[in-house]
Amino acid sequence: MPESLYGPGEASGIWVFLEHEDGEIVPVSRELLGKARELAGRSESSLTGLVMGNDVEDVAAKASRLDLDRVLTVPHPRLEPFTAEANSFAAAAAIRAQRPDVLLMGATPYGRDLAGRLAVMLQTGLTADCTDLDLEPDSGLLLGEVSGFGGDILAMIKCERRRPQMATVRPGVFAETGHRRAAPAPIDTFAVDVPAQAVPVRVLARRKHHGVDISRAGRLVIAGRGVQGEMSLVESLARVLDAEVGATRVAVDEGWIGRDRQIGQTGIVVRPGLAIVCGASGATQFTVGIDKAGLVVALNQDPEAPIFEQADLCVVEDLFPVVRALLARFESEGAMPS
Amino acid sequence: MSRPLHTVVCLKVVPKSEEVQVDRESMTLDRTKARSEINPPDMNALEMALSLKDCYGGRVSLLSMGPPFVAAYLRMGIAMGADDAYLLSDRAFGGADTLATSLTLASAVRKIGGSDLVLCGEESSDGATAQVPPGIAAWLNIPQATYALSIAVEEEGFAFVTREIQGGEEDLAVPLPAVVSVKVGVNEPRFMDIDRLHNADQLSPVSVWTAADLDVDPGAIGIGGSPTTVAGLRTATTGGGRRRQVLSGTPDEKAALIYEEIMRYLGVTTPAT
Ligand SMILES: Cc1cc2nc3c(=O)[nH]c(=O)nc-3n(C[C@H](O)[C@H](O)[C@H](O)COP(=O)(O)OP(=O)(O)OC[C@H]3O[C@@H](n4cnc5c(N)ncnc54)[C@H](O)[C@@H]3O)c2cc1C
Repeated sequence: MPESLYGPGEASGIWVFLEHEDGEIVPVSRELLGKARELAGRSESSLTGLVMGNDVEDVAAKASRLDLDRVLTVPHPRLEPFTAEANSFAAAAAIRAQRPDVLLMGATPYGRDLAGRLAVMLQTGLTADCTDLDLEPDSGLLLGEVSGFGGDILAMIKCERRRPQMATVRPGVFAETGHRRAAPAPIDTFAVDVPAQAVPVRVLARRKHHGVDISRAGRLVIAGRGVQGEMSLVESLARVLDAEVGATRVAVDEGWIGRDRQIGQTGIVVRPGLAIVCGASGATQFTVGIDKAGLVVALNQDPEAPIFEQADLCVVEDLFPVVRALLARFESEGAMPS
Repeated sequence: MSRPLHTVVCLKVVPKSEEVQVDRESMTLDRTKARSEINPPDMNALEMALSLKDCYGGRVSLLSMGPPFVAAYLRMGIAMGADDAYLLSDRAFGGADTLATSLTLASAVRKIGGSDLVLCGEESSDGATAQVPPGIAAWLNIPQATYALSIAVEEEGFAFVTREIQGGEEDLAVPLPAVVSVKVGVNEPRFMDIDRLHNADQLSPVSVWTAADLDVDPGAIGIGGSPTTVAGLRTATTGGGRRRQVLSGTPDEKAALIYEEIMRYLGVTTPAT
């Protein structure tokens, strides 16, 4: 096997890639810091937040208040707008120079683009879309938990000989701790030259949807194929419950609702207190997204539907009369506590 | 308009996820009862390649790594309109993680003679890591665009890609050659042409390559070329903690029970933020 660029003996410290957008560090990066702090404590490692981009002073200052030991900025005008080619070039340079033991990133589109490219450039192992992170008891190796086929078996993946040990984690998997530093952490800068050839892709335009971020919704009413496009019913129930509407991929593919509300493996991991799942079969690719919900109510007319394995309240019934009755009940009882 | 395009589509044949049985005792997956299918997102990539060919002319090559039976699925791709197919089949490729897999596929793209585009599905229904496309791009040292919603090649040497990002979309000008992964569900894969299916072997027999056919370090492929290993397995507790209480009664009575449960739940618990 080809040589790793540096080995375990030369590596130290945990790095978290701090993705930022419009001057704010994105939630998944903050979520990762909480877990990384726990791992750093257990392995007596230092925790570095990696901030890449053009004008990074403001973001670095915000990062320095988070629960980490040091902020490392890698500034260059060619790092924004984000392209995987430029950012992997610069990140690889910083990593080769400073040799972290562990590199964690959010499994966002940018994070995954960067991780996949970087792992090859650094000739190291990457465990993608982890559902948990841990340390192996004796070796102290990073363990990335990934769900195997069907989600019923979880595999712990490690990378013994190559460094850094890389892992990505989906948004919503870890909860944000909210811990902050009293005094700001030191901010180091790694100077890198990003040549024009390292930036082959031009970003012509970027459009943000004005959609909601349902990953933070406290309550969700979720529509599956069984809703048959009757979105007004689901929306009404969401309104009386002060909830957001989510959907399975089928409901999204049918065009009943926007893709930003898709829950699951290729959608969003949510952690609402309450989830009412209407007319979804319960495919694993969907249920991985609602695993962390509080109370799960499932409505499906098929008693064999796998969604009932993942529900607290199982309502084996045509969803329409039940939802209408529930709606009527909430409407007659007045507003919900929010 | 630009010149004709040569596109390589990477396809993975996977067991149908809903048919894979899990033996929770031995912690193994029983795939024997599961039928196989082309990874659904890869079908979207194939359809994208075929519609690019409809638009600009050129050629679509299929590339897959897997056991010999995968050839039958590649013939289905030929029946849909692809021009040729390559199957990487060798025990030496087995047990590969994303680093070794992306190297193997990249080496095969080189052996095919390169292409303007390498298209992949955004992720596979079994592995689901979405890391192979950027990996192939890195091994070939060419640009990448992931989660593509549309591709147009209106200017010589460039693909204009609209792709999904967190909470939005981006338009990219990507110089060719490039690797593009296609967002699942962006198109409706066309049907096979049954005549082409019957004649697939005459039209274009699947080329089967072993590790020896690729210009690649034998130590860098398969399990030996994979830096990640499985440290342990455990069964998931997903849903294990759920009450799974089946409500009884008429629809109205069930609604009343749900109402009470929700009020009780929200009364004592503050929703997660
Ligand atoms: C790589 C990959 C990634 C994927 N990612 C995701 C993802 O992120 N999110 C996702 O959701 N899916 C994802 N999927 C798709 C997933 O496998 C399922 O196909 C999908 O979740 C099914 O959606 P559904 O439950 O709405 O539809 P179906 O599976 O068709 O289920 C509809 C259900 O509604 C019930 N029903 C119908 N009518 C009524 C009625 N009147 N009253 C009550 N019940 C009724 C039926 O009994 C049935 O169980 C992915 C698939 C792949 C291959």
